[in-house]
Amino acid sequence: MSTVVTPENLVYSRPAAFTDTPTHYCPGCTHGTAHRLIAEVFDEMKIADRVIGVAPVGCAVFAYNYMDTDFVEAAHGRAPAMATGIKRVLPDRIVFTYQGDGDLASIGMGEIVHAAARGENISVIFINNAIYGMTGGQMAPTTLPGMKTTSSPSGRDVELQGYPIRMAEMLATLEGAGYVVRRSLHDPKNIRLSKKAIRTAFETQLRGLGFSMVELLSTCSTGWGVSPVESLDWLEQHMIPAFPLGDYKIAPSVAALKV
Amino acid sequence: MPRELWKGNEAIAEAAVRAGLEGYFGYPITPQNEILEWLSQRMPELGRAFVQAESELGAINMVYGAACTGARVMTSSSSPGISLMQEGISYIAGTELPVVLIDVMRGGPGLGNIAPSQGDYSQIVHGGGHGDYHPIVLAPASIQEAVDLVPLAFDLAEKYLNIAVILIDGSIGQMMEPVELPEMRPVVRKDYPWATNGALGRKRRVLSSIYLEVSIEEEVNLRLLKRWEEIQQNEVRFKEYYLDDAEIAVIGFGTSGRIALSAVRAARAQGIKIGLFRPISVSPFPARQIAELAGRVKSMLVVEMNAGQMLKDVQLAVGNRAPLEFYGRLGGVVPFPDEILGEIQRIAKEPPSLGGNPAQRWLARMTAPKK
Amino acid sequence: MQTEILFAGFGGQGVMFAGQVLAYAAMDKGKQVTWMPSYGPEMRGGTANCIVVIADEEIGSPLVQNPPAAVVMNLPSLDKYEPLVKSGGVLIVNASMVDRTAQRDDITTILIPANDIAEEIGDKRLANMIAIGALLGCLDILTVKDLAAALEAHMPGRHKHLLPKNFEALRKGAEHAKKQRSNQ
Repeated sequence: MSTVVTPENLVYSRPAAFTDTPTHYCPGCTHGTAHRLIAEVFDEMKIADRVIGVAPVGCAVFAYNYMDTDFVEAAHGRAPAMATGIKRVLPDRIVFTYQGDGDLASIGMGEIVHAAARGENISVIFINNAIYGMTGGQMAPTTLPGMKTTSSPSGRDVELQGYPIRMAEMLATLEGAGYVVRRSLHDPKNIRLSKKAIRTAFETQLRGLGFSMVELLSTCSTGWGVSPVESLDWLEQHMIPAFPLGDYKIAPSVAALKV
Repeated sequence: MPRELWKGNEAIAEAAVRAGLEGYFGYPITPQNEILEWLSQRMPELGRAFVQAESELGAINMVYGAACTGARVMTSSSSPGISLMQEGISYIAGTELPVVLIDVMRGGPGLGNIAPSQGDYSQIVHGGGHGDYHPIVLAPASIQEAVDLVPLAFDLAEKYLNIAVILIDGSIGQMMEPVELPEMRPVVRKDYPWATNGALGRKRRVLSSIYLEVSIEEEVNLRLLKRWEEIQQNEVRFKEYYLDDAEIAVIGFGTSGRIALSAVRAARAQGIKIGLFRPISVSPFPARQIAELAGRVKSMLVVEMNAGQMLKDVQLAVGNRAPLEFYGRLGGVVPFPDEILGEIQRIAKEPPSLGGNPAQRWLARMTAPKK
Repeated sequence: MQTEILFAGFGGQGVMFAGQVLAYAAMDKGKQVTWMPSYGPEMRGGTANCIVVIADEEIGSPLVQNPPAAVVMNLPSLDKYEPLVKSGGVLIVNASMVDRTAQRDDITTILIPANDIAEEIGDKRLANMIAIGALLGCLDILTVKDLAAALEAHMPGRHKHLLPKNFEALRKGAEHAKKQRSNQ
């Protein structure tokens, strides 16, 4: 028997910052992709043993089962407050929150806005898939106009249920924010760009340049009621027009970083 | 240390600093603002963490996060703010973390007012948050006692991995008394085997209050209860006044306890054999001591600045051992010693009999048409 | 032995500080003492009051319904607190700020033009010290000397240059009260 995998031909492996626990996510869900990108960045920056993650309430409630770093589990929406507490007493550690749209943009709106306004040196990975996944596909603060969910069965009626919130644009207005961008996880090119943004967010924190957030447009094929492949197309066709990809805030000190 | 005249809130804040407080997170609300203000100066000058949070919800969750690292942390608030914190308090209890909370109670319910009250007894002692947990609750009656209890609160919280609350009211927060503050203790970051402070050189750790497996959640609950039993055995604190030959015992905590002391002295001066039992730990509650006391007095009077929230715990302890009466003032009204003396005189003249509902009798007296 | 003294006036008349100085002096003499303010919105430019309790043993209530001594610095305070002074007690009235005399005849009343005397000394903010001086002229709890020592010990360094005028205010207040009492 010959060895198939040698250091020379190894092109893909489990990041060291990953545990060997299989994820509980649905087929086609991009949470796994986002987790992997974060773990790869930890490996590259060699910071996993300094990281304390803050898990949300939502589908990623068990994020701590998959990333091999210290983790705490927040109450719904309160991850940025918890991260603030950790970072303030341990300023030399790397603290990040991983939050969905219901967690960050609905119940936790106060906490995220003020963490950004204070310029807390934390990094936020914001998964925007326009729906409440864990609780069964209800309308989220980022649900698109007309989009059907289990709590907007006729489609989101903006007259009654308001409009989606664009968090990256909103937080970018705050002086405390050093790095706020929106990326997408629907194809390989955008996944690579997402990883670069995640790296930049953690570099921002490492250098004490203020609050950083990467909003990642993500899929929820289960909640959306489409196949995994269709969900990637749906994201591109419907979510990107509503949530344009781009850099919303790059402080000059962050722009000077070489990532 | 020499005695100095201190405002209650400021003395408590400084006592926390000297007890090695590493992080404070709070939100303005009267009548506890001086705690926040004092620490906004002291903590940064000592290189320690201070954040004025966006809300009490933010504050308690910052404390939650900071406590996960093993740091000595604290927040403070007043009644409406405590209500808002209850979510975080339950999470902290479920995660088994040491946290100190100062509650400077004010009149309620709702927005109420900023006057002294004891209306948070139930929401603090019996837990306003969801689930089965018991905070340790210490109720000082003077600023010196509060200052002495602050380091103890940290020690107890850390010993039992429990929330420890200093429960006072606006009058103790706002008044001034001579105080001897403790010496400055150095900050010692304990190396807890559970602290999430970065997995350098060790296996990673996770802190959470989530246990989806119900049998494990039940085990956690049982562990909390066993620990609570231990706390009940070891950490009951109270103070007795003139009880040796007493035929009537007054029971009151915090400010109502010290006001009752004036009434008890006045009654003694009139020849009434009366004493005062003042619970200092209202959780764990000195139930055994009160039950014993009930066995040797002819009647008891519970005095509170609420509608009888502690009375229920006294009733449980006393059972049918002694007749009980109740006197309470509500909504921020602080009783005067003379008013309590009036109740004492009434009881001395017409000793109450066993049974009935003391809170109901009190309500009837309070709402009776004025003569 | 326990004595309670109420101070009341407009916010800005220094009634809170007057009570604190008395509390400091009591503490320095080894007494038990409490200083309890009214607090909250009513302090913002409205009326302010505080109660000082001085005792030899552990103090129970920091509030009393009928204090044996009261210092009232304006008319609303006179109207509110005159009826509450314990029979046989002492009432110090800042005569500069009221347009009537006291009505009780079962208490000792000192009418002292504290603002006018303060102006004479050269600092109108001293009215509170003049009133305390008058109080000490009528009460055997602490002496003017005790108060002066407390001021010296506890006044922040940047205000130390004000001490001589404060001492003068205390003294003049006490003298005024003694003179008025001997005429009564």
